[in-house]
Amino acid sequence: MIALQVVVGGLLLGAVYALFSSGLTLIWGMMNVVNFAHGDFVMLGMYIAYLAVVALHAGPLVFTLLAALTLSILGAVVYYLLIRQVMRGPMLAQILSTFGLALLIRYTVFWFFSATFVTLPGSALGGSIKLGGILIGIPQLVAGILAMGLTIGMHLLLTRTTLGSQILAVSEDRQAAMLMGIRPDRMQALAWGLASASAGVAGALIATFYYLTPTVGESLVLIAFVVVCFGGFGSVPGAMLAGLIIGLIQAASAYYIGPVYKDVVVFALFVAILWVRPQGLLGTV
Amino acid sequence: MRNMLVCGVVLVLLGFSALAQAGAPPVVKIGVIEPLSGNAAAAGQATKAAIEVAADIINRGHPELARLPLGNTAGMPNLGGAKVQVIFADHQGNPSVGQSETLRLITQEKVVALQGAYHSSVTVPATAVAERYGTPWMVGDSSSLVINARGFKWIFRSTPIGSNYAEAYLGFLTDLSKSSTKVRTFAIVNENTEYGTSVGGEIRDVLVKGGFTLAVQVPYNANSMDLSAEVLQLKQKDPDVAIFISYTSDALLFTKTFKALDYSPRMVIGDDTGFSDPSYIQNVGDIAQGVVNRTAWDIGKPGSATYRINEMYKAKTGVNLDDTSGRNMQGFFALMEAINRAGSTQPEAIRKALAETNLSPNQLMMGYRGIRYDATGMNTLASTYVNQLVGKEYVTIWPESAAHGSLTWPFKGWR
Repeated sequence: MIALQVVVGGLLLGAVYALFSSGLTLIWGMMNVVNFAHGDFVMLGMYIAYLAVVALHAGPLVFTLLAALTLSILGAVVYYLLIRQVMRGPMLAQILSTFGLALLIRYTVFWFFSATFVTLPGSALGGSIKLGGILIGIPQLVAGILAMGLTIGMHLLLTRTTLGSQILAVSEDRQAAMLMGIRPDRMQALAWGLASASAGVAGALIATFYYLTPTVGESLVLIAFVVVCFGGFGSVPGAMLAGLIIGLIQAASAYYIGPVYKDVVVFALFVAILWVRPQGLLGTV
Repeated sequence: MRNMLVCGVVLVLLGFSALAQAGAPPVVKIGVIEPLSGNAAAAGQATKAAIEVAADIINRGHPELARLPLGNTAGMPNLGGAKVQVIFADHQGNPSVGQSETLRLITQEKVVALQGAYHSSVTVPATAVAERYGTPWMVGDSSSLVINARGFKWIFRSTPIGSNYAEAYLGFLTDLSKSSTKVRTFAIVNENTEYGTSVGGEIRDVLVKGGFTLAVQVPYNANSMDLSAEVLQLKQKDPDVAIFISYTSDALLFTKTFKALDYSPRMVIGDDTGFSDPSYIQNVGDIAQGVVNRTAWDIGKPGSATYRINEMYKAKTGVNLDDTSGRNMQGFFALMEAINRAGSTQPEAIRKALAETNLSPNQLMMGYRGIRYDATGMNTLASTYVNQLVGKEYVTIWPESAAHGSLTWPFKGWR
């Protein structure tokens, strides 16, 4: 019974990892830009959810949509104001600029909210349910299911719609895409908006069961990097698979080997997989 | 002739400025290194506020605080009324930043003494820097045993440490098992940096020697997103008491995970730190009813010195003074008392004065039995009480001489 509890817990957490990593993998795969500010986008999503609940007494649906909308606008703005200029420069400039953005976002939130930990007050998604003998927290369950749904949705958007094909075309061959009448700037801004929106939704969902503090993005972005590398750059289904696997391995190794070893096992496996298959699970070489 | 006049005027003006500077009493600079950002920022900011209140008390006379050293004087009398100026530095929870900030405070800001640093993992390397430069350091909060176990001469610690806490828990649990409440097995759940490992290990060893059985020890990473596996391990071993050595974020997460998995040990002891952070009661106080903690701070009756200090702190921050910030405030007072007694800002004079410190309980704001340092710089009279969360306040329950209430067993939590 406890084994099942561990597995389910791991998968649900993994689904959330998958959601916020899918945005990162999209940008990284599409534009070769490493967005160090991704974790802080997720953190912003959390704080927007908090503000929505405190100021507007919003329910989970409303604050999630609000987070998605605000972050998508922010993502597009960041693209036009920062990324577009920086992409013309050397790789180091790109890395440092998103890192600088991360610090800017983090400490702006620190300025307004201070370091005190806050949690979402009286969320409608409280409590847990008993399913087949195991206890599942309702916030985690909803977050996990929604995260899975949205990740699949993003994958379908990218592969089954015209818009998605256009976004992928730009990443594949910018010149050819331009010749086909696709405007690369617009598509890349759209990709940034999409990726940031998924980060915002992930943040809003995580806020229902986790605490909020301005530095929470730091640990999240590390997990996101591992998931992206593991799953393959640019592959959203890869991020989904990798997220689930990592969540599962973390939970299982924490319980069966020892909680202090869970990261050791994950990273050891990560190194092993990259040794055997450097492009990640579902990445294309 | 005109040249001589100009020279004369310049000399007179220089003379005036020299006189003006000589007239102003000097300022005594103290460096305080705490985590002002990062995961423990709330605790660091609370300590900063507490030390600012202490500096204000020292710099301005407060007759109602006359029983505390430097409480009734404006500035430091033995240093010509010099005021204390505190320079805060942020180590962000990062040991190497702690080291570089220590260096900066000593060599650039030219502080005469230092205090810090909350995280034992930062205090250990940072105090090594101070030792090398011969600058006195007051440890007001960190509890790892390593800090004073290296034969250093410049590091003084006013706060109780891991072994004091272990003895307090042993005393508390032994008294408890003499009554009808049977406590036999315990678990240690510790975060895996210097603080959790050293204090957790110390508590484990003392309790095992005292006749209790260790059910399981669960070390974990303080920055985990999910602690269900840790709680499930506890559930499997089902100890009577679980002792948590945690920082704030993990303390919050553990409490929430207990509720989510509908399990809690019969007694939850939180070793201060995360459980004393004001954020803890604010965020999970209502589902953590009955959590046992340790403290050396008691607000006391209205009109008492401790009550007035708490009022000053509350006016500044909006919350009551917590144990960790209180211990830091006490460390700061002890440091300034020594500097005043030395009557000098020379490092060796301060060090000597610190080593000769002999404060009685009546001169302290914390509930220690006094402050007197042994050869390694540790306060031999440091002590701590055990308290329990009832409503939104911690109520002292042990030892009997200091108790305001009695233990509620088992842990109620959210039920």
